[in-house]
Amino acid sequence: MSGLVEQFYQSFIEADRWKRYLEGLGVSFTVTLGALALGIILGILVAIIRTLHDQQRAGQEKAGLGFLNKICEIYITIIRGTPMMVQLLIMGFVIFSASRNLVGVAILSLGINSGAYTAETIRSGIMSIDPGQMEAGRSLGMTYATVMKDIIIPQAIKNILPALGNELITLFKDTSLVTVIGLTDLTKVAIQIQAKTYQAFMPFIGIAIMYLVVVLILTKLLGILERRMRRSERR
Amino acid sequence: MKEDKELIRIEHLAKSFGDNLVLRDISISIKEGEKVVIIGPSGSGKSTFLRCMNLLETPTGGKIWFEGEEITSPDVDINKIRCHMGMVFQHFNLFPNMTVRRNITIAPIRTGLMKPEEADAEATRLLERVGLLDKADAYPASLSGGQKQRIAIVRALAMSPKMMLFDEPTSALDPEMVGEVLEVMKELAESGMTMAVVTHEMGFAREVGTRVLFVDEGMIKEENTPEEFFNNPQDPRLRDFLSKVL
Repeated sequence: MSGLVEQFYQSFIEADRWKRYLEGLGVSFTVTLGALALGIILGILVAIIRTLHDQQRAGQEKAGLGFLNKICEIYITIIRGTPMMVQLLIMGFVIFSASRNLVGVAILSLGINSGAYTAETIRSGIMSIDPGQMEAGRSLGMTYATVMKDIIIPQAIKNILPALGNELITLFKDTSLVTVIGLTDLTKVAIQIQAKTYQAFMPFIGIAIMYLVVVLILTKLLGILERRMRRSERR
Repeated sequence: MKEDKELIRIEHLAKSFGDNLVLRDISISIKEGEKVVIIGPSGSGKSTFLRCMNLLETPTGGKIWFEGEEITSPDVDINKIRCHMGMVFQHFNLFPNMTVRRNITIAPIRTGLMKPEEADAEATRLLERVGLLDKADAYPASLSGGQKQRIAIVRALAMSPKMMLFDEPTSALDPEMVGEVLEVMKELAESGMTMAVVTHEMGFAREVGTRVLFVDEGMIKEENTPEEFFNNPQDPRLRDFLSKVL
């Protein structure tokens, strides 16, 4: 029993190690939020290009749109067809090997990865909106872009909020992979402390609990947000 | 009101969806202040005809002029044209993610027609006119069908259109709510608005219309004043149709 207390002391209290866990958690949060924002922006762009492309009338296809759509298809194929860890290694050691901004590289890698998955989610959200909404907006003289931005996308996002919530949680857990490019996130902190104290149990079980608690809190918050957004329309 | 100024002219309009030819050959001219009512059996192409007027459907043949400008020409700015042509839909199509007030003000603001304060004042004025000012801050989900359609009319009017298109505006309503919507439309007609109305409300056609069209098989089969149209129909298909609906 005293062995466990000793281990706990060494893993968390000694040399103020708990502070390092918190710093690591902060890095994981930063990467998660940055990647989520980038992923949603990329996802919306890809989703709009693919929707526009699919909605073209036969015989009136625009060449530029076909090209963009092809790029989107290649992007999604590559990202979904290769492991995230390999993508991180390529970004960290091939494309941005000279960069010191590891947080930036991590956000970029995870964001680009997330965008490929979010795009299909957002596309299904856009398709779920009654075409009458676009028609009403256009009949009032507003441009396609304005109607998309102010009317279609907000409703689409609301419909896919549960799916986007899952994406947020997946992203947060996937940040543990950024350890491989040398970024000191929560997982890296545990590895470093384990290397110092030669004790694996406390650091790794400890961060497992931390990840779990954060995920539980996020799940709860998303539930509240979802209920609030639904209620706002019932007034 | 200049009664003789031509607002919209359509020549040899045709529209097909793939192999399905919905509109064969439609030509018509609508003058300012006219109220043209379009009736016909379902699937006759009357809604498609209306939707071609503001190019929600792209015609596959023929030409359309609005105030002398050919809007079927590829270089026309259709958004600008649509600012002058309001449209009311069968299923209202209000924006559920916005309050009633925002539903009304968004188009005038986004198209640069009005400043936010002006749009707000206009929304207040129009809502008062249809007796729904107390719903300004409500969301569409909390409104009845009749209220939704009156708001949809107000939303189109906020752009100060020169012409209003109505696509079966009362077909999705409970019978007891049809009256309040027709009332607003009648009032609008009396104010001099140019209107094109696709409807099954024969009473409305008779009372408000200045001209009634019978569309069948993608063509205008008969076109007359309401009195002649209903009392003395010529086309055999129209006679058959009227005997079923009247």
